[in-house]
Amino acid sequence: MSAREDILTALRAARPAGEHPLPDLPCFPGIEGDLLAAFQSSLAVMGGQWVRLPEGDALGAFIRARVGDGPLIRSATDELPDFPRVDAVNHPRDLENVDVAIVRARFGVAETGSVFLSDRELRVNTIAYLAQHLIVLLDPAAIVPGIADAYLRPDFADARYVSLMTGPSATADIEGVMIRGAQGVRSLTVVFANRH
Amino acid sequence: MSTTVRHKPVDHAAAAAVFVADAPHLAFHDKRLWELRQKRDGQMHGVAEWQELRDLASAIKEHTLSQLPEYLERFEAQARANGIHVHWARDAEEHNATVLRILRAHDARTLAKSKSMLTEECEMAPFLERHGITITETDLGERIQQLDGQSPSHIVVPAVHKLRADVARVFARTIGGDPNNSDPNALAEHARMTTRPLMLDADAGMTGANFLVAETGAVVVCTNEGNADLSANLPKVHIVSAGVEKLIPRQADLGVFIRLLSRSALGSPITQYTSHFRGPRDGAEMHIILVDNGRSKRLGQADFWTSLKCIRCGACMNTCPVYRRSGGLSYGAVYSGPIGAIINPAYDPARYAALPFASTLNGSCTNVCPVRIDIHDQLYKWRRLIAEGGLLPRKKVLGLRVMGVVLASPRLYRLATASARLAVRVLPRPLLYSRLNAWGRDREVPAAPRESFAAWAARNRPAQPNARRP
Ligand code: SF4
Repeated sequence: MSAREDILTALRAARPAGEHPLPDLPCFPGIEGDLLAAFQSSLAVMGGQWVRLPEGDALGAFIRARVGDGPLIRSATDELPDFPRVDAVNHPRDLENVDVAIVRARFGVAETGSVFLSDRELRVNTIAYLAQHLIVLLDPAAIVPGIADAYLRPDFADARYVSLMTGPSATADIEGVMIRGAQGVRSLTVVFANRH
Repeated sequence: MSTTVRHKPVDHAAAAAVFVADAPHLAFHDKRLWELRQKRDGQMHGVAEWQELRDLASAIKEHTLSQLPEYLERFEAQARANGIHVHWARDAEEHNATVLRILRAHDARTLAKSKSMLTEECEMAPFLERHGITITETDLGERIQQLDGQSPSHIVVPAVHKLRADVARVFARTIGGDPNNSDPNALAEHARMTTRPLMLDADAGMTGANFLVAETGAVVVCTNEGNADLSANLPKVHIVSAGVEKLIPRQADLGVFIRLLSRSALGSPITQYTSHFRGPRDGAEMHIILVDNGRSKRLGQADFWTSLKCIRCGACMNTCPVYRRSGGLSYGAVYSGPIGAIINPAYDPARYAALPFASTLNGSCTNVCPVRIDIHDQLYKWRRLIAEGGLLPRKKVLGLRVMGVVLASPRLYRLATASARLAVRVLPRPLLYSRLNAWGRDREVPAAPRESFAAWAARNRPAQPNARRP
């Protein structure tokens, strides 16, 4: 018999006795009120930063002013035609020298300060990890209250890769000292900018 | 974990004694893990529905385990439809051989790997290395342990038993660096600079799985360092190693488990990366190996099947006074702490007979477990099985035999407690804290009252003549 058949047969024979119904998932009240403020404080707990695009400012000029002309920048969003694109590479490793990457999140989660980024938003998945710093554009109107709400959205269905990213990469593996910038990005900054 | 080889029984007490003798390490270990427990408590208090989430998590897992063949078939069909190769492995050998076969098919010589307890369980690394594959553990704690030639001592924080100076020495000996610079920032930076190139060049990548979603065929991986996502997204081949118990039915169930996992593990609301792999990238391949390795056997054990609910958060370890003061390596097994003490004996009861005794049965593990496993009850049940099977560690046998006789006779018990009170009050310290009395080795025995509780009660509450008899 194949391993598959053997394992399934063994599991069938070992089925635990009794009734074990699948529970319905209740809808807990969760975060109410100002989702943007809740998102900001959750993100801060996870080591992320945030800034608001000032009313009337152009996004490209705002980002250019923040990061300067020196660093190697790659953008994964159509909203910034003046920045070089991430997908002009042959291999995902070719992004290893990128200093700053810019991506647009589909939505955010207030409970945890997470942003939804799929292969569609990232174009090359490694950009969100190989870059030294990550700038995430997020529409303040696109914030759901909780993680449970995020999983009820259809957005996961059409993606081969989704990461709910929350702040920069981090480790506390040496004496519990928190270090931001483990193997992935050293910083993650959410720029609240409406989607047009 | 091979059952064909006969292993010497683990002597947890002796190994723990070595750990306990090292005061600075012991003090830090105890403090750090208790800090994780307290951070977990802080998160728990911030979630009003915490106890309901635990009920739900437990019920979802019990349901899934009761329908595991059906959910596995569903998952397999979904994953295949999404372009993922699905493999099955009855045991560690089959798992390791499958990994090697996939690597060979791609001419892969190097493997970048993120943390996976299952691959530890299968002793995969030494097997692959014997076949010429170079493996890089990419999680910092796991990398430290790999370089030091040790197993992880904790399932979430693998090098928690090491101090910063230990890490500096390990790095200096293996990947270069100043043995006297033990600044954690400098050490982590050094690990980053030396590990990243190995991930960039790896021929294949490997991750474990926290959850497998039957409904969508998705593999969910929860990590903090970014290493798992790099290991999976850089090379042309991504191999996932997963135990069959990782299944959950619906995507919406993640809304329960993700809310519990990192809060219970590290006391953070979520891991930095909660990543969902549902198919290979263009031009890449994705493989999943579904592993039994003793799980179907455990599912059939009425007393122990619920241990398969475990989501490997480590909370039971962080809260356990014995684990905190003995260190993970003293368990001599892949899984340590309370969960290890109920999992390992299922593989080899003789070898791990001592582990269910490495507990005070205070129930703290059960109280923190996010999926409500009755860990301390299972510890107790294992003790009975081990005693009935004649597998008791030798030192315990004599003590328990005497205790059994004494406890069975009220008269002997009264006599024994009277003499114990007297002994604790009048015996000279050297005798009380001698090698004969294991309890006195690292503890002060409390001052004994002059009077037993029974005597006190008889004196203070004399039987009343008109007291009603039952
Ligand atoms: S037994 Fe419970 S507390 Fe322990 S690691 Fe597993 S899920 Fe966490």
